Amino acid sequence: MTFNASDRALAQQTLAQKLIARASGRAQVAVGEIVTCGVDMAMFHDSSGPRRLQPMLEELGAQIWDRSRVVLVMDHYVPERDDDSRRIVRIARDWAREQQLPHVYDSQGICHVVVPQHGHIRPGMLCVGGDSHSPTGGAFGAYMFGIGSTEMLGVMVIGEIWLRVPETIRMWWDGALPAGVTAKDMMLHMIGRFGMNGGRYQAVEFAGPAVAALSMQERMTLSNMSAELGAQAGLIAPDATTAAFLAQAGAPPVDMAPWFTDEGAALTHHRFDAATLEPYVAAPHSPANAHGVSRYLGTHVDVAYIGACTGAKLDDLRAAAQVLRGHKVAAGIRLIVAPASLHDQERAREEGVLQVLMDAGAELFPTACGACSGYGDPMGDGITVISTTARNFKGRMGSPTAQVYLGSPYTVAAAALRGCVTDPREVLA
Amino acid sequence: MTTDILHRPHRVWRLGADIDTDALAPGHAMKHGIDVIAKHCLEAIRPEFASKVQPGDVIVAGPNFGIGSSREQAVAVLVQLGVAAVIAPSYSGLYFRNAFNVGLLLLTCAEAESLQDGERIVLDTRTPAVRTADAHTLACEPVPGFLMEMVDAGGLLRLLRRRMAAKKEADAQHWH
Repeated sequence: MTFNASDRALAQQTLAQKLIARASGRAQVAVGEIVTCGVDMAMFHDSSGPRRLQPMLEELGAQIWDRSRVVLVMDHYVPERDDDSRRIVRIARDWAREQQLPHVYDSQGICHVVVPQHGHIRPGMLCVGGDSHSPTGGAFGAYMFGIGSTEMLGVMVIGEIWLRVPETIRMWWDGALPAGVTAKDMMLHMIGRFGMNGGRYQAVEFAGPAVAALSMQERMTLSNMSAELGAQAGLIAPDATTAAFLAQAGAPPVDMAPWFTDEGAALTHHRFDAATLEPYVAAPHSPANAHGVSRYLGTHVDVAYIGACTGAKLDDLRAAAQVLRGHKVAAGIRLIVAPASLHDQERAREEGVLQVLMDAGAELFPTACGACSGYGDPMGDGITVISTTARNFKGRMGSPTAQVYLGSPYTVAAAALRGCVTDPREVLA
Repeated sequence: MTTDILHRPHRVWRLGADIDTDALAPGHAMKHGIDVIAKHCLEAIRPEFASKVQPGDVIVAGPNFGIGSSREQAVAVLVQLGVAAVIAPSYSGLYFRNAFNVGLLLLTCAEAESLQDGERIVLDTRTPAVRTADAHTLACEPVPGFLMEMVDAGGLLRLLRRRMAAKKEADAQHWH
């Protein structure tokens, strides 16, 4: 193949640069430039969305720039437990009806799982979400990041948003993950190593054979917790796995060929070996307080919580069932399972995975954000929780005296079985 | 916020590193209005803060201020309580965007942690810099002009309102 003059003129670009260049209508963009991008899709939920946006839009007398590009998910305050949550969810439902929003998912599950499951996030797009875990969209080769409600108002009115073109920090994973070790362990390992702002609000890109081997849902866990790494976006170049997921989701076919980081593009490169990774646990009160599970073995837990966008997808439920099949949770231990979406819950039911969890003694909670954000049923005072969720900040699950540990679904299930932090590989063996 | 208030001495509330959005706006309070959430601001780490903070006070913190959620109430509580600015060596990028959108000034200052709790300081928002009572000047990173414009306007909503009104007026003139 020969290069023509215009090809030669273009410098090697990262995936992040290519996505931002496309969205800003440019041939290429340079790191550090501040550019204005058109937004392909804006997602928000009952907490960050209508209750905050409606009064501001009314105050401005402005209209939504493009309803077809807006997706609303009711996931934070459902099911409604009190008058306040009823009021918040009612505002969202009434507003969705008034505005005739074409894409509304009410009590179907958590936005970061439901929205891609319906094919709304596709390679090449620039998307924003009214939630910090919006980098989940990066798993599909889209540049997606979280914003607050006021900035979302700006998007709703003009359909554009500013960006500082980020550097790319590439996390290259060689080898293959051993049995009982997951994307959540990869992520806790990286956050433990680089800290909660290690991503410096740049673009993190996950790559290498161990990433390519991950299922779409496992990739979503990596991109989701890029937020805990302090990155703006958590990108994975799309491939056949992405195409198969999107085809099943009913998304229109997309040309995925342009969406990769050029050989020789300027980036910071970190290398990891998946084959030697052990299960990871983050101790209270920071996801960055992460170490190999061996450090916390034997720590007593009261509650094992399998929930959230980053810990209760179908693949997560399957992993927990692998540990719990044919066993009962330890006496006095609560195992709570809150599947991340109705779709995944139904698939888990069909596969018998849900039955395995119930037989082990799990309590089934609604497919919503629930205890992860402390909005739903809060955890009690002074208890110790091990959870598949993304954050263990002090008070995150409702009580400042609760101790929250984070782990993979294998690790959380193993803790439920033994009543204390356990290496899941012992139980799986 | 007008910038002249920033030239009066401000009392420092000194916080540590990694102050997260759940500490600023606790999840259990999130279903309420900003006046109620503000009463719970920092309750898990500095219980007296919400009741003792005075308008014009500033927060000085360690690295990674505002890590966590996109909930901009974690900014709005500080505006509600009258906090004039936050000074820290680094911020969560998402919190940084939210702060300017809601009209709160964040100054990125490598030496922020040399400031003490209760100390009085003066902010020079144009340089920008922090001056201490014993005449030390701590340099801060420049704030892009369009973000400073947002703080001066009192946030993106007010800026949009102003721009839409100007556009309406221009359109009206055009048709006259």
